[in-house]
Amino acid sequence: MTATHRRRGPRKLAPYVFLTPAILLFAGFMAAPIGYAVYLSFRATKVTGLGLGKGARREVWAGLANYRRSLADPEFVHSVGRVGLYGLLLVPVMMGLALLFALVLDSGRARGGAFSRTSIFLPYAVPAVIASLLWGFLYLPDVSPFAYLAGQLGLPSPELMSSRYILFAVANIALWGGVGFNMIVLYTSLRAIPSELSEAARLDGATERQIALRVKVPIIAPSLIMTFVFSLIATLQVFAEPTTLRPLTNNISTTWTPLMKVYRDAFTRDDVYSAAATSVVIALATLVLSFGFLRLVGRRAFGQEA
Amino acid sequence: MGIMGRRGIAAMVVAAALLATGCSGQDDSGQQQQAAGPASLTFWTWAPNMDKVVALWNQQNPDIKVTVNKQDGGDPAVTKLLTATKAGSGAPDVMQAEYQKIPTLVAADALADISKNLDPSVAKAFPEAVWNSVSLGSDAVYAVPQDTGPMVFYYREDVFKSLGLQAPKTWADYAAAARKVHQSDPKKYLGTFSAADAGWFSGLAQQAGASWWGVNGQSWSVDIDSDATRKVADFWGGLVEEGVIGNKPMYTPAWNAGLNNGTQVGWVSAVWGPGVLEANAAKTVGKWKMAPLPQWDAAKEATGNWGGSATAVTSQSKHQAQAAKFSAWLNTDPEAVKALAQISGVYPAATAGQTEALTSPPKFFANQPDFYQTVAKAATTVAPFTYGPNVNVAYNTYNDAFGKAADAKKKSAFLTALTTMQASTVKDLTDSGFTVAK
Repeated sequence: MTATHRRRGPRKLAPYVFLTPAILLFAGFMAAPIGYAVYLSFRATKVTGLGLGKGARREVWAGLANYRRSLADPEFVHSVGRVGLYGLLLVPVMMGLALLFALVLDSGRARGGAFSRTSIFLPYAVPAVIASLLWGFLYLPDVSPFAYLAGQLGLPSPELMSSRYILFAVANIALWGGVGFNMIVLYTSLRAIPSELSEAARLDGATERQIALRVKVPIIAPSLIMTFVFSLIATLQVFAEPTTLRPLTNNISTTWTPLMKVYRDAFTRDDVYSAAATSVVIALATLVLSFGFLRLVGRRAFGQEA
Repeated sequence: MGIMGRRGIAAMVVAAALLATGCSGQDDSGQQQQAAGPASLTFWTWAPNMDKVVALWNQQNPDIKVTVNKQDGGDPAVTKLLTATKAGSGAPDVMQAEYQKIPTLVAADALADISKNLDPSVAKAFPEAVWNSVSLGSDAVYAVPQDTGPMVFYYREDVFKSLGLQAPKTWADYAAAARKVHQSDPKKYLGTFSAADAGWFSGLAQQAGASWWGVNGQSWSVDIDSDATRKVADFWGGLVEEGVIGNKPMYTPAWNAGLNNGTQVGWVSAVWGPGVLEANAAKTVGKWKMAPLPQWDAAKEATGNWGGSATAVTSQSKHQAQAAKFSAWLNTDPEAVKALAQISGVYPAATAGQTEALTSPPKFFANQPDFYQTVAKAATTVAPFTYGPNVNVAYNTYNDAFGKAADAKKKSAFLTALTTMQASTVKDLTDSGFTVAK
C-alpha cells in the first residue's frame, strides 16, 4: 500500500484521535494502577507506641525491604516450587491432550464430531470456582459418589485431597477446564490448512499418523506456541482452584501459590505493601518467562513465514 | 480454568490498593460534632433481621433515624470499613464489629471513643470480661457489646446412652468418651480438630486460662505459646495422633454430612450451635443435648468465647453522640435486647438479657427446656482474654500451621505449630514498628 496523497496536519492527527479512548482507558485502568502498585511496593507503615488512636500509624519509605522480605520468605519460595511442579505436571498433559483431540477431530475419523467437540470444549465454559466446587465434592470421600461406588464394590477409595495427591487434584481441575479451549484453538488452525497438502502427502504414501506429525503439526506450530504461552501464564497465576478447595482440606495453605500469598497479604494481613512487592515480582517473572520462551522458539516457529 | 489470563486478581489487588490508600492523608479533625438534635444514621450489620429490631428504635425516636445496611459478614465488613477510613469518607455511623477485630479497628483509627457519650451505668449491664474487650482495658470505650458466644458442648444423647456414657465433665472424660465412641464404630468421631477455625481454638485456649496478647505500658506482649495454650494443643494433638478424633476442618460438605448421618457424635461449639445443627443435621432433631464445656479443673469452671460482636461508632460519624445513644439502646434496653434475641436470634451480651429475653429453648433443642439457663450459667464463667492489633496475622498463621499439624497427625507437630504462631505474630508486630515486650 502506498500513500499517493501528501499527508497534512489533520490527517496526521486522525490516528491519535481514534486511539485516544484506548490510551486513556489503558492509562487510567492499567498503567496508573500498575505504577501505583510499584510505588506502594516501596512503602510500609510504621507504628508508634501501642498503635492505637490517631496518628499512631504513618506510611513511610521502605526502600527494597518489602522485596527482600518477599523473596526471603520461605513460604513464597515453597509456593514458587509448588507452582513449578504444578506447571510441569499440567502444561504438557494439557497440551498433549488438546493436540491429540484436535488431530483426531480434524482427521474426520471421530464419530459425532460436533458432539465430541462441544463436550470437550464445554468444561471451559464452567467458571473455575464452580468447577472447583464440583470437583471438591467429588474428591471428599464422605460425599463423593465415586467413593460410594468404590465402597459398594469393596474397593479402597484414596483420599484425593491428602498431601500426597493434592497437587494432582488441583491440576486435574485445571486440566478438565483447559483442554477444551486449547483444543479449539488448535483445531481451528488445523481446519485452515489447505486440504491439498494432506492430499499430496497421502498420494506420496504417507500414513495418517505421518500426515499428522510431519505435515499438520509443523504448520500449526505458531498456534501451539501461543497456547503454550497462555497455559504457562495461567499456570503462574493459578488462584481460583486452590482457593476454592482450601476450606475443604488441611493441605492447601493460604500461601499455596504465589498469587494466593499476594491475596493473603493484601486482604487477610492488611499489608498491601508486601502484596504489591510480591505482585511486581510475579509480573516480572511472568514477563521474563513468556518472552524468554518466545525468543527461544520464535525464530524457528515464525521464521518460515517471514 | 481461564486460559485467557488470570490478570483479574492482580488488577483487583491493585484496585483495592488504590482505594485503600489512594486518598489517604485527610483527617477528620475538621468535622463538626453535633451533640444532640436530629440525625440520620447508617448501620452496617450482618445480624439477621436487624432491620426489624431497628424499626422499634425508629418508631420511638423519629428524630434519629437509623438505616440498616446489610453486610456479608465480619471479615468483609471490616475490610470495607478500613478502606473507607483510609479514603476519608464512606464509613457508616454505626458498625457491628467482632470483638477480635476491635483492636485492629482502633489501631486504624476507624472507631470513635464514645466513653463521654455513654452513661456509666451501661458498663454495668455486661460481664466484666466482655466489657474489657470493648474498652481494651483502658478508660476509653470503643463499642457496646452486642452478643457473645460462650462455648458449650453438643453431643448425641442417644449414642451416649447406648454406649453407657455421660456428658463429659472434664477434658479427661471427653478423651475417654472419644475413645469409646470411636472404638464402637471406627467411622464415628466425638469431634474434629479444625485447623480452619482459629476462633474455635482461641476460645479453647481462653478457657484454659490463656490470653494471647497483653498491654504493658507502651508495648504489646504476645503470649500465644504459653503453658495454657500448650496444654490445649497437646490435648487435641494427642487425640488426633491417637486417631480417636477427626483431623478435618469443620464446615465442609463432609462435616455437614457427618452431623446428619451420625458419624459426628459431638461438637465442641458455642451457644449459636443450634442454628448450624438445624441447617445441617435436620434428620437428627431431638437427639442432641447441650452440656457445659468439659473442664480442665472441675472445681474451677471456666469457658471461652467463640464468636460475638459489639456495636461500634465510627470515627467518621458526624453524629457520634446520637450513634452512641442508639448503640446503648440496642444492647441494653430490655425491649431491644429481647428483640435482638428473639427476632435477630443472637445471644445477647447483656447479663439481664440472657435470662429475661430467652425463656424458651431454641427450636432444635425443644427436648432441653433449661437450654438457656445452662448457657447463662456458663456465660458467667467466661475467662478474660485480650486481643491484639494483629489478630488477623495470628489467625492466618493458625490456619496454615495447624493445617499442617493436623495433616501430620503428630502431637509434636501441634506444639511446633504453636511456636510458629507465636513467632510470626511477634515478627509481624516488630516489622510494623510496634514495641513488643519480651
